[in-house]
Amino acid sequence: MTDAAPALSLRGITKRFGNTVALDGADFDVRAGTLHALLGENGAGKTTLMRLAFGMLRADTGTLSVSGAVRQWSSSADAIAAGIGMVHQHFLLVGAMTVAENVSLGERGWLRSFDPRTAAARVRRIGAETGLMLDPEARVADLAVGAQQRLEIVKALARDARILILDEPTAVLTPTESQELYAWLRAFVARGRTVVLITHKVREALAIADDVTVLRRGRTILTGRAGNLNEHAVIDALVGAAEITDEQQPASNVDPVATVMSLENVSVADARGVPRLRNVSLDVRAGEIVGVAGVEGAGQHELLQLLAGRRAPDSGRVRAPEKIGFVPEDRLRDALIPEMTLVENLALKDAGVARGTTAWGAYAARAITTIRAHDVRASGAQAHAGSLSGGNQQKFVLGRELEGAPDALVVENPTRGLDIRAAAHILAELRSARAAGIAVVVYSSDLDEVLSIADRMVVCFDGRVTEVAVESGAIARALVGLS
Amino acid sequence: MSFLWRAVKSPIGSSAIAALLAVGGVMFVVIAGGYDLGHAAAALWNGSVGDSYSFFTGTLMRATPLIIVGLSVSVAFRAGVLNIGADGQLLAGASGAVAVGLSAASWSPWIAVPAVLAAGMLAGAAWAAIAAILKHRFGVLEVISTLMLNFVALYTVSYLVHGPLEEPTRVFPQTSSIALSARLPVLLASQRLHLGFLLAIALAVAIWWVLRSTATGFRVRAVGASPSAAASAGRVNVGRVVFGAFLASGAIAGLGGAVQVAGVTYAMYEGSAGYGYTAIAVALLARLNPIGVIVAGVFFGALEAGGASMQRDAGVPAGFVAVIEALAILGVLAVDRARALALERSERALEGRSA
Repeated sequence: MTDAAPALSLRGITKRFGNTVALDGADFDVRAGTLHALLGENGAGKTTLMRLAFGMLRADTGTLSVSGAVRQWSSSADAIAAGIGMVHQHFLLVGAMTVAENVSLGERGWLRSFDPRTAAARVRRIGAETGLMLDPEARVADLAVGAQQRLEIVKALARDARILILDEPTAVLTPTESQELYAWLRAFVARGRTVVLITHKVREALAIADDVTVLRRGRTILTGRAGNLNEHAVIDALVGAAEITDEQQPASNVDPVATVMSLENVSVADARGVPRLRNVSLDVRAGEIVGVAGVEGAGQHELLQLLAGRRAPDSGRVRAPEKIGFVPEDRLRDALIPEMTLVENLALKDAGVARGTTAWGAYAARAITTIRAHDVRASGAQAHAGSLSGGNQQKFVLGRELEGAPDALVVENPTRGLDIRAAAHILAELRSARAAGIAVVVYSSDLDEVLSIADRMVVCFDGRVTEVAVESGAIARALVGLS
Repeated sequence: MSFLWRAVKSPIGSSAIAALLAVGGVMFVVIAGGYDLGHAAAALWNGSVGDSYSFFTGTLMRATPLIIVGLSVSVAFRAGVLNIGADGQLLAGASGAVAVGLSAASWSPWIAVPAVLAAGMLAGAAWAAIAAILKHRFGVLEVISTLMLNFVALYTVSYLVHGPLEEPTRVFPQTSSIALSARLPVLLASQRLHLGFLLAIALAVAIWWVLRSTATGFRVRAVGASPSAAASAGRVNVGRVVFGAFLASGAIAGLGGAVQVAGVTYAMYEGSAGYGYTAIAVALLARLNPIGVIVAGVFFGALEAGGASMQRDAGVPAGFVAVIEALAILGVLAVDRARALALERSERALEGRSA
């Protein structure tokens, strides 16, 4: 099997968008029956390359072949017919419809009747065969993110995908869910199927993939067996040698007396009355980073909102400083207004309490200072927030929240969707915030990330918050309710 | 082609294209109806801008309520409130203005005119408050509630002019005329253009300034653009901002009704002139920009004035005026869609770069 023609082969692929070259003669071969990790920073062209393979885009030059035969797609439907499935980073699901209806959507044929029972039976059959269990009658909007992703995979399998492409699948998953997904992908490959995993998590890619390919600026920089590559070589290929700086860790500066934020026996229920936090107490002191871990829905989201003053407790006492920065998880929904300028987005910070006329000149000057101080790449302070890349948006949000020397900073999944360099920059900023005496609370679904910066760790499980040792074994046990 | 795309992407360019489409549509309809285009076009021109009377009394006087109500729609839409009940709020405002204006005979104009306008604003805000409270407390969609309340207002006016506010002889279904002291002064000798036009301009400039330069205006824009970001990043009380903008929108629409009563009709009749609906097209054509509302309002005022004269002088039936307005609204929608597509296209090119 391994010496046969590659399951998927893209050769000499060039793709331009206007004046921008997204792919510049990239080559990519995937051996049949393997799990192949496609690594690259944001903008390296990995998603573009896979959209070409999936027929969503057409290459300017280059050839595409599937199992040795040269093919051309006129749309994704051709790629699907040839056995390729793709799970996008942003799911393509209809929230108001059921699981079974979503699986049946987009099938070919006119006037073919939709039979809910057949559709449900198919979802159950795929679940039984592959272990991807889903309730066919559940409404998609009610599913957790992990289940929505399973549904995306089931959709591809229902169309008989033999080559499965996943774009940053673990970006939205908790560590446990990620582990489950990886285990499932390994089993899928073991049955002779092929997987392409787009990711920028080097360590995970090396641990789970058979082969690794690295793209940088639209070119293939490195490709080989995962077993023959080490982490440093891959990171060098990703960012270009000698470009990554070793982020020095400013010393922790804990003043054990000055408690800046505290929760006392706080409880919170959601709109349906389901308790999200039960009797939680927590102290956060100046100059320390408290890491938060928790599986989806364990209460960490509510915990951070309470600390940041974005939510009132149902009972208990919350003490938080007036000057507090908050970096929410979904920056395009909760932190920025994409169609407004950076100046306006900076002013947004004061919008709730501002009175009288707005001094736009002063805000413009502050925006320019923030852009410079936090290395935000933008065409200027009047650039629309939506025109920035994800990493630069996040740098701007963090810069805005750190502006004016806050006493505390609450941060939720700060590096989600960012490439290595941008993520390293954000973590370095959090460390300097600690060095400046700010009380920092960080939640991240990437456990290694929280561990790398936290002075103390708390774990949310079923609405309870427990302090644990800063050590991955202890956290892993606490995450599933063992202590 | 690229010039056209660039024009579509810029707000002013796309509005100009929509206006041109509307004018082209008018010509097409006139020709398709078998009328003499030259004759009709001359009537359209003469009736709207041909001489000072058609410009001031024809176009600008018709533009006045369209500008004021267009501002009402813009304020609501800017805050993300889809208030399409301006017509009902205008009728409520007109009713309030008439009720006060009828009993103002002994008052000084310095008291009577502000009182009439204030009554209109209060009544308009109160009418909007019904839908605003339904939205705030129970999450009722304002698109539906405000539209339905338009009909309630229409029949309430019908009841008023047949009942409590009917003129004393009880012959005509209309109110008596309001006191002379409560009427808006005329701006130019031998013209009917009244002070309300200057009020409309001043209001547009004031709203433009508030939206651009004040904390309140910024809150309104932020909530309209992204309620979630306004609440989370700005700690803005979104519900309160939405409620306030809703009431302000109703008050402005009510002012439109009061200005129409105090400046033009002096009495209230059965039925609606439909300014509340045309004003939605005015606001959209202006891209919700208050200064743009002045321009778009004058454009629609000219279309209405010219349409009336086409009917008079070129025999083009009254129904055609409605067709013209419908075409203008379709033009706005079509160009809006093209604009969204153009923006999406350039965004996708950007995304491809960063993906």
